[in-house]
Amino acid sequence: MHSDTTSLPRRRITLSPPGVVFAVIGLAALFVPIVTFKPNRIVPGDGVWITTAYDGVAGWLIVAILALLFLTGALKSLPPAVRIVAALAGLLGTIVILGHVATSLIADSARGARVSPAAGLWCMLAAYLLAAVDVLNRLELSLRARWMVLAGTVIVVVLVFASGYLANVSVMMEYAGRQAGFNAAFRQHLVLAFGSLGIALVIGFPIGVLLFQVNGLRRPVLGALNLMQTVPSLALFGIMIPIFGWIAMNVPMAAKLGVAGIGIFPALVALLFYSLLPVVSNTLVGLTGVAPEVGEAARGMGMTNAQVLARVQIPLALPVVLTAIRIVLVQNIGLAVIAGLIGGGGFGTFVFQGLNQSAMDLILLGTLPTIALALVAGTTLDLLVDALNTSPRKRSAS
Amino acid sequence: MIQIENLTKRYGSTEVVRGVSLRVRQGEIAALVGTSGSGKTTLLRMINRLVEPTEGRVLIDGEDASGIQPHLLRRRIGYAIQGHGLFPHRTVGQNIATVPHLLNWSNREIDARVDELLHLFQLDPAQFRDRMPHELSGGQQQRVGVARALAARPEVLLMDEPFGALDPVIRAKAQADLLELQKKLGTTLVIVTHDMEEAIALGDHIAVMDKGRLLQYGTPKDLLTQPADDFVESLIGSAERPFRLLSLTTVADLAEQGEATGATIARTTNLRDALAECLWRGVDVLPLDGGGVVTLNALRTSGRGLAETQGEVN
Ligand SMILES: Nc1ncnc2c1ncn2[C@@H]1O[C@H](COP(=O)(O)OP(=O)(O)OP(=O)(O)O)[C@@H](O)[C@H]1O
Ligand SMILES: [Mg+2]
Repeated sequence: MHSDTTSLPRRRITLSPPGVVFAVIGLAALFVPIVTFKPNRIVPGDGVWITTAYDGVAGWLIVAILALLFLTGALKSLPPAVRIVAALAGLLGTIVILGHVATSLIADSARGARVSPAAGLWCMLAAYLLAAVDVLNRLELSLRARWMVLAGTVIVVVLVFASGYLANVSVMMEYAGRQAGFNAAFRQHLVLAFGSLGIALVIGFPIGVLLFQVNGLRRPVLGALNLMQTVPSLALFGIMIPIFGWIAMNVPMAAKLGVAGIGIFPALVALLFYSLLPVVSNTLVGLTGVAPEVGEAARGMGMTNAQVLARVQIPLALPVVLTAIRIVLVQNIGLAVIAGLIGGGGFGTFVFQGLNQSAMDLILLGTLPTIALALVAGTTLDLLVDALNTSPRKRSAS
Repeated sequence: MIQIENLTKRYGSTEVVRGVSLRVRQGEIAALVGTSGSGKTTLLRMINRLVEPTEGRVLIDGEDASGIQPHLLRRRIGYAIQGHGLFPHRTVGQNIATVPHLLNWSNREIDARVDELLHLFQLDPAQFRDRMPHELSGGQQQRVGVARALAARPEVLLMDEPFGALDPVIRAKAQADLLELQKKLGTTLVIVTHDMEEAIALGDHIAVMDKGRLLQYGTPKDLLTQPADDFVESLIGSAERPFRLLSLTTVADLAEQGEATGATIARTTNLRDALAECLWRGVDVLPLDGGGVVTLNALRTSGRGLAETQGEVN
């Protein structure tokens, strides 16, 4: 103890373990091609490194700066603000490099040439992003600040793409040729994900309430829903196409009501299939989790059973139902891609077109917005759940 | 008034409450005591039909409870339980307003009533009305629970171990407050407890239950002087009995002619406190309000006499 007080003050260097992992990934990525250059859309291209895109000292300087930013993110002893700024600077820097490299490579080559992001770039983006999120999570920001971070992120991303700075990157070239199709796919994707969620709530919530009240129904109903959940999604489509096709052909009115073997109808049904279990079981769990003495007091004061349910039990179960909504929404945003396989529309259309043509850029045009949508929806609902859980405390604080 | 007539509850073949009859007069407190599982809660909940009796009936002010729709019956009867059962998603004010709200009182009446009750329970309305239950201490939650039960001015109040979750110090204060309030409002009160001390402190009558049967129903004095059987006696705890008995008699009963120096004590002081006062002052005789004295000797003899009668009963 004494030696400590007498020794010279020395700054202790500590590392954040996840930060180190991200930094190692990022550092390794610096020595992997950041983009692939292709003379045309289909042929496999050649890798381009940072040090080949920027000749001589400039290239190595950029590598050094990016490396320094990776290391900064991993140093726990630094103030969190510094670490976040480093990670964000790295993120923006990487995007700037991508746009710059793409533009200069395209300018020097014949029409039809392509510049696609390659492994090095993806890994760098991921490493910076994870480092930033890791520090953010440790900050324990207020709810309000987290809403602002989310909104800010969405705005910045939209601005980056809208600016046209990345227009020479292959994915954006694919987008440029298909703007109308992209917007339609976006709308369809939202309809698929939110529509199936809405239908699942309308059907599943009352079933959950029913199971809460009729104990004997729980096992069979949950068992059946569980079974539905285990059917592989591709197999499900395989079964539905002939069944709904037959119904549409042979049942009068069915086709008029939208029943069809392919298109948006079977896609919605399939998504609904996977949404029911989470909605039903979380409704049930939420209701059974309400402290028994609360329901008991409510009945003891003269509420009817319906009043106990509507005024006490359901409001108290709501946070758990909201977590089900989060699970289902994120799950369905991802699953809706498969709708592209049966003409249901959405971003899956690009994915399957891309797979058919072995056009990686087109596949990315379908997957990247899907991932972004899932992240935004998931984070938004996380924040909503937190808001619901902490609102009473907040009210007293104000 | 509550009349319980030959009330029985069976679950399958087990009788949880067996043929209990008792009567609680208007404005009286009846305490139900007994070991865990003796059927106290079940008996209490049959009064407001949270549990439907298998046999027998309950009359409230002469009206058969089975003839009233359960939820309407319950709006007329206050109900407070251990751990208070406050609605965690509603403010204190909204919690208290529950029954008036169900009874469609006007907003103005409800607001006035909520503030009145908060005052009555020594909670400043401006400070507490809009708090959430988890922002209250255990004692405050318990008071809000009772306030909520009393909101619609019920003539009858049922309480199931309302003080069970409180620590002993607050508990004594909560009991005293309840007693004062009950006297003021004239509410008929049935309170379940498994603490004999609490039953004696609160009950005008005490019902001792064991294995679903009512063993004895009488005043605290009855139970102390004439316990119906060994079980009742063991519940009371024989060692402390003379001392408890002293606290049931006042000095007025032992007053003698005479003079004494020092501050006078009230004629309603109980013998236990008077004895403590003598020992504390180190005197043999205490002057009473309005003349007369009580002697240490008389207090001692009285205590010993009571102890001896106990011995004979055994
Ligand atoms: N719904 C029920 N079904 C079956 N048995 C029950 C039911 N409710 C209560 N019992 C049984 O009835 C008996 C009496 O229960 P009760 O709750 O009235 O006891 P209690 O005197 O209030 O006990 P405690 O002091 O522990 O609260 C217990 O043995 C209990 O297990
Ligand atoms: Mg009980």
